[in-house]
Amino acid sequence: MRIQNSGFKIIILSLSTLCASLFTASSAYAMHISEGILPFNWALLWSLAAMPFVAWGLYKLKKESSVDLSFKPLVGLMAAVVFIISCMPIPVPTAGTCSHPCGTGIAGILVGPAISILITAVALLIQALFLAHGGLSTWGADIVSMGVMGSFAGYLTFKTLRSVKINLAVSGFMAGLLADWATYLMTSVELASGIRGDEAFMPLFLKILIAFIPTQLPLGILEGAMTAGMVMLLYRKRPDLLVKMRVLKPEEVAG
Amino acid sequence: MRNAKKTTPLLSSPYPRGGWVGLMFLFILITLYPLLVTAVDASEKWSGVDESVIEKYAKEHGREAREPLINTDQGDLLLFVFLLAGTVGGFAAGYYWRTLMENRSQKPEPGSRTEEHR
Repeated sequence: MRIQNSGFKIIILSLSTLCASLFTASSAYAMHISEGILPFNWALLWSLAAMPFVAWGLYKLKKESSVDLSFKPLVGLMAAVVFIISCMPIPVPTAGTCSHPCGTGIAGILVGPAISILITAVALLIQALFLAHGGLSTWGADIVSMGVMGSFAGYLTFKTLRSVKINLAVSGFMAGLLADWATYLMTSVELASGIRGDEAFMPLFLKILIAFIPTQLPLGILEGAMTAGMVMLLYRKRPDLLVKMRVLKPEEVAG
Repeated sequence: MRNAKKTTPLLSSPYPRGGWVGLMFLFILITLYPLLVTAVDASEKWSGVDESVIEKYAKEHGREAREPLINTDQGDLLLFVFLLAGTVGGFAAGYYWRTLMENRSQKPEPGSRTEEHR
């Protein structure tokens, strides 16, 4: 029988994920890499990789704000959301640990990847300075994993799904989910490449990636649900804002 | 004037409520999730994975985390700083949300993208 109901598909996906996470309990990793974990050359490399994206974010913020002053409250809201979400520990019983979502999926959708990266960089800097969360030497690596990968994954997933007429809530859900998972994928790359020494990259990378699964499977779903909820809330309350941010076309909110 | 039939549906068109039923189920599942699985690892510590696992793996490969530049991880100081950060972030989010909602009733500014679309 052909399954057409998207609700039914989500239920199947949820149950599969729940079962998978129940039977794969083990330790897991988080995205914020602490101070001193990465060797100097790797920390420098990731910082150099992150800087052009941060500069692009600054340029876009200046440009967008000069066109439309009402853009600033949305950026302020997204900055607060990313900051709060990315330092909010959520218990994951399957792993017996706490981890946190990213918030870059929703930011990427609403303000675009460039400004989302900038927002993330600021949030990560405050966390590294005052919350003992992440580090200054690993700031660049954290920007690349959470900011660059998370924002682009969220933005591109949302745009791709909307271009093939997938409904708004499902597109938002998938954007949040993949933004979260992409972040942890990149963290695995950064960590494995930084700490491997003479060891082969792939086995260590896969080991770290697999260790993320018990924590990030459920947290990714939670992030997807949060992202879908926020997009739908804005659609109900301020559809004009979604048009303004080019999330929706004007004809999509007509009537 | 635009043709109403050409508008793109935002919710699933053949089954308009199906997506919402699924999302509602998902929300309930996530809410009940800790209750369903607590028995699996009830005795585990609830440490942050940032510290306990990344640092543990890094240590196995000869890398250890250094003390942060401003070390707030001392006793309940970190708890206070997180509370402060949450409060400030929460107020900022609320303030900007209110600003956005208040702007709803205002007319679009001349030259804004909304105005250009019209």
